[in-house]
Amino acid sequence: MKELLNDLDRWQRQDKAIAIARVVDLDGSGPRLPGAAMAVNEDGEVAGSVSGGCVEGAVVTEALDIIETGDRRTVTFGYSDDEAFAVGLTCGGTIHLFIEPLDW
Amino acid sequence: MADEVTSPTPVYAQLKEAIRKERPVALATVIEGPNLGSKLLIEPAGLSGEVVSAGTLGNEDLDRVAGRDMLGELSAGRTGIRRYGPDGQARSDEVSVFIESFAPPPQMLIFGAVDFTAALANVAKFLGYRVTVCDARPMFATKKRFPRADVVAVDWPNRLLDEVGPHLSERDAIAVLTHDAKFDIPAITSALQTEVGYIGVMGSRRTHDDRTKRLIDAGLTDAELARLRSPIGIDIGGRTPEETAISIVAEIIALRTGRDIPALRDSQGAIHRS
Repeated sequence: MKELLNDLDRWQRQDKAIAIARVVDLDGSGPRLPGAAMAVNEDGEVAGSVSGGCVEGAVVTEALDIIETGDRRTVTFGYSDDEAFAVGLTCGGTIHLFIEPLDW
Repeated sequence: MADEVTSPTPVYAQLKEAIRKERPVALATVIEGPNLGSKLLIEPAGLSGEVVSAGTLGNEDLDRVAGRDMLGELSAGRTGIRRYGPDGQARSDEVSVFIESFAPPPQMLIFGAVDFTAALANVAKFLGYRVTVCDARPMFATKKRFPRADVVAVDWPNRLLDEVGPHLSERDAIAVLTHDAKFDIPAITSALQTEVGYIGVMGSRRTHDDRTKRLIDAGLTDAELARLRSPIGIDIGGRTPEETAISIVAEIIALRTGRDIPALRDSQGAIHRS
């Protein structure tokens, strides 16, 4: 979160809508621990990361939808989920992300 | 109380402020169950030094139970999910709460303003430490020589540690790089009074043997001597200040994670081979 603050400040000054994704849980091997965070603004600009680069693209798609709808939800990416999401972690782990608008 | 809140996003504003000011803070978010997304923030020592909170998880009893857990998770530096009943019941799991701990950065104290100090200060900053460089000689202990250090103190290590030592914890590290007995001995003796997780002491094998004798003469026990990583670092054949700094922080990481490493203190023979 700390590494996102400067980008978040800048986006808030520009009145951009923002979604934040945080790793809340991890099964098996995973590159980033719970608490790892990534922010996406309405233009699709990205700050931070939640994996080793494996799922960030899919997170941007989810985040843009969340900015659009105002929903908040848990999204799971894992090796066995590649049918559902067409992305996963090559390391074989599963990560659970909570994605929500920065409206708090 | 409510009229003090001027920001439209009071929880985020307070979180940001606490993280930037390096105050410990915990944030709880409901990620499953009623009041999805609602938040509770707790600072054990806010601006006034008292417990401060902001936001709510939507239920007074849940706030009380989760708030207590947040303080525990924060002091242990843990981040993860806890499950409760809608009123905070411990044996239920209708509500999943993600508790995130933001601990202030760990500290590294480096004693001795030598060439290796600047490199170690840089690497320590890279790893997220708050770095203090301390040397009693004003000519050497200057901000200009150690621009990346957060604090450059012209002082004796034992005097500095009298002041800051009681606040240090297992996450913190002390590196004694002086290899000058009149400076080393009081620095090491004072470092051993703290609870830091790492005390590394630089010097050749000969310096180490000589220093160990002096430390025994000064009354240190075997258990105290066993806490010292001396000679400092792991055996990667590093020579330059930068390579030595890497070998020191590698030892700090391995000690924290409990991994087996080729520590210089456990090996024999010359540290630098030609």
